[in-house]
Amino acid sequence: MHDFWRALRRNRLAVIGGVVVACLAVLAIAAPLIAPWDPNRPDVKKILNPPSARHVFGTDQLGRDVLSRMLFGARVSLAVGFVSVGIAATIGILLGSTAGYNGGMIDATIMRLVDLMLVFPRFFLLLAVLAFLKPSIWTIMAVIGLTGWMGVARLVRAEFLALKEREFVTWSQAVGASGIRIVWRHILPNAMAPVLVAMTLGIPAAILTESGLSFLGLGVQPPFATWGNILNEGKDAIELAWWLSLYPGFAILLTVLSYNLLGEGIRDALDPRLRRSGAAVASRAR
Amino acid sequence: MFAYTLRRLLLAVPLLLGITFISFMVIHLAPGDPVEVQSGDMTERNIREAYKALREMYGLDKPLHVQYWNWLSRIVRLDFGRSFAPDGRLVLTKIGERLPITLLLNVIEMLIILALAVPIGVMSATRQYSTFDKVTTIFVFLGFATPDFWLALLLMILFGVQLGWLPISGLRSLNWEYLTFWQQQLDFLSHLALPILVATFGGLAGFSRYMRQSMLEVVRQDYIQTARAKGLAERVVVGKHALRNAMLPIVTILGLSLPGLIGGSVIVEWIFAIPGMGQLMVQAAFERDYPVLMGNLVIVSTLTLFANLAADLAYSLVDPRIRVGRRR
Repeated sequence: MHDFWRALRRNRLAVIGGVVVACLAVLAIAAPLIAPWDPNRPDVKKILNPPSARHVFGTDQLGRDVLSRMLFGARVSLAVGFVSVGIAATIGILLGSTAGYNGGMIDATIMRLVDLMLVFPRFFLLLAVLAFLKPSIWTIMAVIGLTGWMGVARLVRAEFLALKEREFVTWSQAVGASGIRIVWRHILPNAMAPVLVAMTLGIPAAILTESGLSFLGLGVQPPFATWGNILNEGKDAIELAWWLSLYPGFAILLTVLSYNLLGEGIRDALDPRLRRSGAAVASRAR
Repeated sequence: MFAYTLRRLLLAVPLLLGITFISFMVIHLAPGDPVEVQSGDMTERNIREAYKALREMYGLDKPLHVQYWNWLSRIVRLDFGRSFAPDGRLVLTKIGERLPITLLLNVIEMLIILALAVPIGVMSATRQYSTFDKVTTIFVFLGFATPDFWLALLLMILFGVQLGWLPISGLRSLNWEYLTFWQQQLDFLSHLALPILVATFGGLAGFSRYMRQSMLEVVRQDYIQTARAKGLAERVVVGKHALRNAMLPIVTILGLSLPGLIGGSVIVEWIFAIPGMGQLMVQAAFERDYPVLMGNLVIVSTLTLFANLAADLAYSLVDPRIRVGRRR
């Protein structure tokens, strides 16, 4: 654990990513306190005003302040990211550990289900479900989570296959611990590292998916602001208001980039073997 | 090898059944009804009668499992049915119209990506931690993090609105008919420029990363050291021995991205108003056009399964060390 923190701290990009991630979380939580304007109050006297001292990122078609809308949009993006990844990780861990620990028919059945979900054209499923259901933040979270658990299930299963042959598991079985206890207390904690990495990298992926869906008009519905649906409005005003398109997209870019840097940093710090062999190759190549 | 192919083909059948069954249920159980959408502007009594007649005509009055069975037995005979949209045309005709432009876009895009990603990946792997490697790594991270629709918007604003160099939507200009043949081709290409640029940017990041990763792994293999020890020129070691082996995973990834070529990029087609498969799918979803949606799904998922199989087979053909038949 100590090694992990030291390795992570030494990775400058990961630290920057982590700081940005933390700042974003603070901004999102404090949005009602720091937003300079009411994000949903239209003002006909200020339609599509370019950025100025009063409205730093300008105003939209209804005269609402873009910066305030973006701050509230950050809440949606982060909430969707966390909750949908939470759903995906829960399903993935449950199914992956069941498959990996039991093996046999149970394993085969679960893995066929994983195969099925992997060949499923994901965007089709999202499109079909969201076009038919009434899109809301909850449907978005559920749909992204329910279609994104396969990677975690595979990871957990692979870890379980390796770990269940180890001595500490055999010993627990020998002293009569129940299957659930062995899985929960002994194997799972040892299998969590790759899951954590997958989750950190899953959050930005979910944020990108959400913003794409919102952009298509299938995500969280107006008047609630999300980065995706501000961009959707930006598309309609593309010849009049560049600021509507520029800033929300940049917020998505920054968020996704920071999570990716942090996630990659965590992975490298957790797996010193990879890092060292990488360095070895480098020195050999020179 | 033959037995393996056969087994995989047999396995594809239950997978396809599962995919179509789940989607059929999801689409049909969801609230909303194609008939409601069509009968917007009639009087009340007419509506009720027309509603019943239409539902009977489309077979929507029957229980769901019967509907699925009917649909399935028609699909097996390659009868994709007719669209629910007012034009009522054959689903296959509709898809047939959309497919060429989506394919054209994606093939061009794929060729550009490969032509750039392979050399970039090789260069940054052989010069790991050099300035070039660092710059491309930054580019890759930016590529992963950039939402394609945002990039599209920015390029539209820059090249379409501010500079006015390129058109920002559709495939043809309004005065298309009055242009000479070569001007028409040029007009067409200029409409494709921005969509291709956007689609290439995202894919390039992924592919060059895979190429770099794969190359890094190959470079540390013993046979590469052997090749160097034999005194072969570095150019031969990298360009021939290493590159060939490093290309293997790329073959698989190419196979996996094939269905995407057919499905089209929904977002890019939507932004640039390109009448391709992606746009058809979005329209069908909004209009609850069940036959078009299901037809799309069958084609895309069948292709996915075959592409997976083809990638695995190609893999074993290119690399004699892999024997797919005797796995596990």
